[in-house]
Amino acid sequence: MSEHRHVVIVGSGPAGLTAAIYAARANLAPLVIEGEPSSDSDQPGGQLMLTTEVENFPGFPDGIMGPELMMNCKLQAERFGAEFLTAKVTSVDVSSRPFTIETSVGQIFTADAVIVATGARSLMLGLEAEKRLLGYGLSTCATCDGFFHRGFEVAVVGGGDSALEEAMFLSKFATKVHVIHRRDELRASKIMADRARANPKLEFIWDSVVTDLIGDPTLEAAVLKNVKTGEETKLPVHGLFVAIGHVPNTDIFKGFLDHDEAGYLKTIGHSTYTNVDGVFACGDVQDHVYRQAITAAGSGCMAAIDCERWLEAQ
Amino acid sequence: MSDNLLTLTDANFDETLVGADTPVLVDFWAEWCGPCKTIAPILEQIATERSGQLTIGKLNVDDNLATQARFDVMSIPTLILFKGGEPLVRLVGAKGKGQLLEELDRYL
Repeated sequence: MSEHRHVVIVGSGPAGLTAAIYAARANLAPLVIEGEPSSDSDQPGGQLMLTTEVENFPGFPDGIMGPELMMNCKLQAERFGAEFLTAKVTSVDVSSRPFTIETSVGQIFTADAVIVATGARSLMLGLEAEKRLLGYGLSTCATCDGFFHRGFEVAVVGGGDSALEEAMFLSKFATKVHVIHRRDELRASKIMADRARANPKLEFIWDSVVTDLIGDPTLEAAVLKNVKTGEETKLPVHGLFVAIGHVPNTDIFKGFLDHDEAGYLKTIGHSTYTNVDGVFACGDVQDHVYRQAITAAGSGCMAAIDCERWLEAQ
Repeated sequence: MSDNLLTLTDANFDETLVGADTPVLVDFWAEWCGPCKTIAPILEQIATERSGQLTIGKLNVDDNLATQARFDVMSIPTLILFKGGEPLVRLVGAKGKGQLLEELDRYL
């Protein structure tokens, strides 16, 4: 009925894969339940699968493509004996040991230790029209869909690094990229903000949120509301890309693991220990301060070391 | 490549769909689209497992602009299931094998 594994790692972004490398090298024979294909950033490889060049991960003076970086991490983990299963974890029971993990492919596992590295997925706008227009002009992946907007005007919603990266990428195809942000200043890094401001195709719409999307069958316009004045305007766009942030993938752990109001898992002090002994959390699932590939990778290493030492002490 | 996994083009699109004796799942994809490449092996597996019930046609959007425009494809991967040459259901974005089969089996 169920199979036993010593260590199960849930998630396969930089955190999960670094944990896998370290756990495998510590002879813990980890099983990585890597997730299922999706275009929402919760797929195997995590958020970097939807980007193009990663310029800030140390060790790559000329940058590296996100998917290539993640493929390398996976190969490295496999080299040391990590096992991979392409599936989502559908439910867990960590109230008693060994822990039980159910997956979307029907397989059930028990484990002595679990490392949670499920990261975060893209936040959507939460509008009714979204379901209808996703794939018809509304998108969460600029690198996948920018191509379809050559010669048209598009909009990106968001004010962080992801939003600006998407906007910069889209400016290669679109005639104009409207960056819609709900505040009057960007929260992106200085270098991205400088580049964005210097790009003549980018136009910023401040203090605004999208309240509706118009068009049938394809997107024609976004309805914007100025959060300071309440004024509503219609912005004709051929494409709209949502980059407003992420929500941690912690639904299956609610009820078992302590988390903050936003859903991020709580870890103890500077460690990766959660409130349940034998369950460790690393990467964006427990970090909403830094959220970088390199910090996720660092915490993945920490989780594997915490896990190894805890198992030895049992 | 199994014989129910075909390469579609603007030129052969209509005749292939009309001539097929099973429903045809058209996969709009491109070389530079990560999620498209992730589902490619899954589609190959589904082609083998549903051989005789389903045909899968891959249409590269870089080379075939007419067909994508005809069906308002603005996001990839987009999978459209055709029956008798008519679009029946559209799936946007990469999905896992289980989810894909669940959606498709309803129409097969």
